[in-house]
Amino acid sequence: MAPSRNGPAKARPRQVVNLALVQFAPRKGRVEQNFERIEQVFAALRHDQEGFPSVIVFPEASLSGYFVEGGVAEVALKSSAVYRRLQTTAARVCGRKHPSFDVVVGFYEDDGGKFYNSAMYASLGEHGTVRHVHRKLFLPTYGVFDEERFVSRGRSIEAFATPHGRAAILICEDACHSVAVTIAALRGAQILYIPSASPGRGLEEAEPANVRMWRDIMRVAAAEHGIFIAYAGLVGFEGGKGFTGASRLMGPFGDLRVEAPFDGAAIVRTSISLQDVHVARAALPALGDLESNLAELTTMFDEETARRPAASPRQKR
Amino acid sequence: MSPKLPVLHADVREVDGLALDPALAERWLVNFLRDEMIGRRGIRTAIVGVSGGVDSAVVAFLCAKALGPENVHGVRMPYRTSSEESFRHGALVTASTRIHDIVIDISDAVDGYLQHEREASPTRRGNVMARQRMIVLFDQSAKYDGLPVGTGNKSERLLGYFTWHADDSPPINPIGDLFKTQIWQLARHLGVPPAIIDKPATADLIRGQTDEEDLGITYARADRILQLALMGYREEDIVEHGFTPTDVALVMRRVNSTHWKRHLPTTAVISTTAINEFYLRPVDF
Repeated sequence: MAPSRNGPAKARPRQVVNLALVQFAPRKGRVEQNFERIEQVFAALRHDQEGFPSVIVFPEASLSGYFVEGGVAEVALKSSAVYRRLQTTAARVCGRKHPSFDVVVGFYEDDGGKFYNSAMYASLGEHGTVRHVHRKLFLPTYGVFDEERFVSRGRSIEAFATPHGRAAILICEDACHSVAVTIAALRGAQILYIPSASPGRGLEEAEPANVRMWRDIMRVAAAEHGIFIAYAGLVGFEGGKGFTGASRLMGPFGDLRVEAPFDGAAIVRTSISLQDVHVARAALPALGDLESNLAELTTMFDEETARRPAASPRQKR
Repeated sequence: MSPKLPVLHADVREVDGLALDPALAERWLVNFLRDEMIGRRGIRTAIVGVSGGVDSAVVAFLCAKALGPENVHGVRMPYRTSSEESFRHGALVTASTRIHDIVIDISDAVDGYLQHEREASPTRRGNVMARQRMIVLFDQSAKYDGLPVGTGNKSERLLGYFTWHADDSPPINPIGDLFKTQIWQLARHLGVPPAIIDKPATADLIRGQTDEEDLGITYARADRILQLALMGYREEDIVEHGFTPTDVALVMRRVNSTHWKRHLPTTAVISTTAINEFYLRPVDF
């Protein structure tokens, strides 16, 4: 290898993260049974030849199913209760002093009678902790969706430190808004987790149209921001609406690393090197360019916000 | 002289919401049947009313693939004036899918009532037959611990061309979001015998009737109009797509006068806990 013009390159620590993306069909409204399914996933991974993963990603609304309507009050849990239950589940499968591992789990959150479509990032094990709970901002309320009738909007997108890189979470439609991915990346996220529940529609080609759409969205978002994107989707039918799993990992070059079938329960394993984020951002410095123009962009956002009414009719409710 | 720049032309691309990949549709609908029947309800037996038409043929083929032919009961329910050809085509369906073939003649049951209503119009008589067939299907499902599977397509549902609380009664329906023209496409892919696909569609409630004569428009045209309307195009926009105002008005009049047929009965709301108004739970909760 030719030496660098600037002398020997400083070796960057190669941080490898082993991921497991889980797609499954929860039992509608049966929280206990769905914790049991999470336990089954832990058990399956414990016996997997690749060894236990660093991070396990579950879909949106994994503890209840997605379409719950007014039943959200019956299935929503406090985030502290979800965490405690995940800890006991992990201990039961892996032993009381198991090595730490992380999970991302979508669930309906009860915060004192206010409900959110949330996803938790938690480290499980002896020194475990809840690292972040993301509340979905963009609540689809059109066509087959009716989220804003039943849950409240989240208000922020955060990046947070984990043992496996700096991360952010967006839930399903959150990630359809490229600006949401931009904020996650600006806040330093190297890997973006997307728990999702995408009802399949559009059967005019060899795979459902929403599967193609999600792949395209992720490819562009990952390449533009030089970020890993890990997507885990529900599968199975809920009241005639079939979810497309197609859980996938998109690399920071916009390179699709792995993708599960759109139907059927599955666990997809892959390993990533966070070093790729540095390389991708150096090769395509779009995020750096964005930062250079951030002030102007913010001004333009402010101007557009000022031109509009203070709150949309939906937000007034 | 500067080199000539190529000018590229693209044809205006018509919106085609009717395109269907039949292999994907088959996979999707087989998954639907397995999930809804076995996964959600723990029921492994399907009861399908086999009329000899293409809709019920497609459903029979899908059920046979999803559950195995030994777990599907095709029930043929002729009335004494029903077409012989329909009856034979029903047998063709049960034979080619290798599902159970059950024949239950509804003539006595229907006539038992209609003998007291001798002045009943053909439409009333057709509705009695359609509802009698549902009585049979639900009872057969109790007999075999099965589930009746619906066979109504999207075109007839939108046009209101069905008997309320009859064709639309089964708790699950794999083809209710497929237009008739898509059903034909899927039928060819599934291997439904051509004689069933190629004949004129008929409800076979009145001797000699065909759907398209009853409706006053072909399914090919009606489906395009319906699709454009459902996508959000207004009637005047749909005319711009090459349809006559008469055809568009005919289709939309049918759609707009039959919304009630696609809903549960209207209930007077007097409380803040009215079912499906305030108390909202999904069907599978």
